[in-house]
Amino acid sequence: MTHRILTFSLLLGATIASQALAQAPLQPKSVSVDLPVGDRMFPGDTAADAINNNCLSCHSAGMVLNQPYLSRAEWQAEVEKMRNTYKAPVADEDVPAIVDYLAKRSAAR
Amino acid sequence: MTGRDLSWRRLPSRRAFLGQAGAGIVLGAAPVFAETILKLPLPGGPQERTITTAFPQKGPMILQRTRPPLLETPMEVFDRGIFTPNDQFFVRWHWAVIPGEVDVGTFKLAVRGHVERPLALSLADLLAMSRIELAAVNQCSGNSRGLFQPRVPGGEWFHGAMGNARWTGVRLKDVLDRAGVKGGALAVRFNGLDEPVVDGAPDFMKSLDIDHALDGEVMIAFAMNGEQLPLVNGFPLRLVVPGWYSTYWVKMLSDIEVLDVPDQTYWMATAYRIPDTPHASIRPGETGIKTVPINRMVPRSFITNLTAGAAVQAGAPTLVRGIAFGGDTGVGKVDLSTDGGKTWLPTKLGTDAGKYSFRQWEMTVTFAGKGSQTLMARCTNNAGVTQPDIPNWNPAGFMRNVIETTPIAVN
Repeated sequence: MTHRILTFSLLLGATIASQALAQAPLQPKSVSVDLPVGDRMFPGDTAADAINNNCLSCHSAGMVLNQPYLSRAEWQAEVEKMRNTYKAPVADEDVPAIVDYLAKRSAAR
Repeated sequence: MTGRDLSWRRLPSRRAFLGQAGAGIVLGAAPVFAETILKLPLPGGPQERTITTAFPQKGPMILQRTRPPLLETPMEVFDRGIFTPNDQFFVRWHWAVIPGEVDVGTFKLAVRGHVERPLALSLADLLAMSRIELAAVNQCSGNSRGLFQPRVPGGEWFHGAMGNARWTGVRLKDVLDRAGVKGGALAVRFNGLDEPVVDGAPDFMKSLDIDHALDGEVMIAFAMNGEQLPLVNGFPLRLVVPGWYSTYWVKMLSDIEVLDVPDQTYWMATAYRIPDTPHASIRPGETGIKTVPINRMVPRSFITNLTAGAAVQAGAPTLVRGIAFGGDTGVGKVDLSTDGGKTWLPTKLGTDAGKYSFRQWEMTVTFAGKGSQTLMARCTNNAGVTQPDIPNWNPAGFMRNVIETTPIAVN
C-alpha cells in the first residue's frame, strides 16, 4: 500500500489579500494516491460468513462495529435499506444470517 | 492547558497493523507497530476508536470507517486556532468508488442542462476567472450524532465532523452566468467524481434552489487554507455553501446541471431530510411528520482547552477557552456558565474572520470552592438565535446544537 503523492501544496500565502489573489500564481498539481481498503473482517468465524461475504464489497466493517445497541428490528431495517435503497446484492437466503449476527452482537455488548 | 487530553484516555496498544504499516512509514506520523486508541464519550458505547495515519495527505484522524472514508478531527485540533489544518480536516464519503488520481491537465467541470451554452471548463479556465475568498465552517449534518439519546444508527461522530477553512475559488454565479441560465430554471444540481459500487444505486448528488445558487456567495473552491484540497477533501474542486451543512458541499465537483424541474432524486427527496419542526426535533417513535431537506446551520459552541474530567485548582485564575460559530450568520456572543447553567457571564470574543467562520472565545475564571463543577458555553448568533438547553432528537441524528456540558473537578 504505497502512496504516490506527486505533490499537494500550492504556493498561495494565507495572508494574501483578496486583491492580490487575482494575480497569485496558483498552480494545482496532479494527485495520485491509493486509499486504504480496510481488510478487517467481521469477527465470529462461520457465524460471520454471511456478513463477510455480502457486506464488505461496498464498505469496510468498522462503522458497523461502531454502531450503538440496535434492536433486531432496527438491524433488519438497516439490512433492508442496504438492499432496497442502496442496491446491495444480498441474496434472500443470506439476510436472516446477517440480521442474526448483527442483533446477537448488539445484544451481547 | 491542563486536562486537554483527559476526555479520551489514550491506550497505546501493539495490535497488528493490518497492512497499513506502509502508510504509517510514508507519513511518519505514528510509531509503525503501535496503534493509538482513544475513547469518545458516547453514551452506551462503543467508545473506542483508532487514531489512523493511513490516509494520504492526512495527519492523525479518528477512524470511523476506512472505506468509504469517515475520518473525524480530534477535539484538541480545535483548541489550536480557528482554522482547521487541511491534513486534519474531517472526511466523509458516501460511496466507495473514489478516483485516486486526478490529472489537472485533463480534468473538466461540465456545466449543462437548462443553459444557453453548455461548458466544459478546465482548471486553467477556472483559475483565470475572478477569485473570491471566504472563511466558512463545514459541518456534517450528523456531527455529534453519537451523543443522541436514544442512540441512532449512522456515523457515530463525537464533535469532530466539522472544520473551518479559508476557501478560495470562483463564484458559482460567475460560472452559471458564463453558461447563461435560461428562464424558468428552478434548481442547480451538483455531482462529483465518486460513484456507487453497485449498478442502480443512487449516485450522490445535491441541489440548491436557483436563487441560492446565484447569490454570489456559493463558491466553487480550488483551495482551502491557501493550498489545493487534499484528495479526500474533494480535490480538485469542491462546492462551498456558506452557512449550510456539509452535505451540499459536493466534493470532486465535476458536473453542474441546471434544472427546470424540482430535483426528485434520492439524496434530496429521501435522504438528508429533517422534520419540519423547531430544532428539527420530534419524540422518538413519532411518525407522520412533514420533512424538508436539511439546510441552514444553527449556532454551536465548544470548550476546547478543558475536557470532561479535567482538574483545575480552586482559588487560582483558570483560563477557559473555546470556539463557536453562528450557523448561517455570525457569532453575536458566547456566554459561559461555571455552575451548570444557573448563571451566565459573557466571554471575550477573539478575531472575527467573517460571519461563517469559527470564532474563538475565552474567559478567566477563579473557582472559589472545591468539588465538581459543570462548565457550559452558549452561543447566540447575530440573528439572536441561542443554543437550546434541551437536546433535539430525530431518527437521522441531524442538527445537534444543544448547549454542551463539560464536568470538571475543582481541587
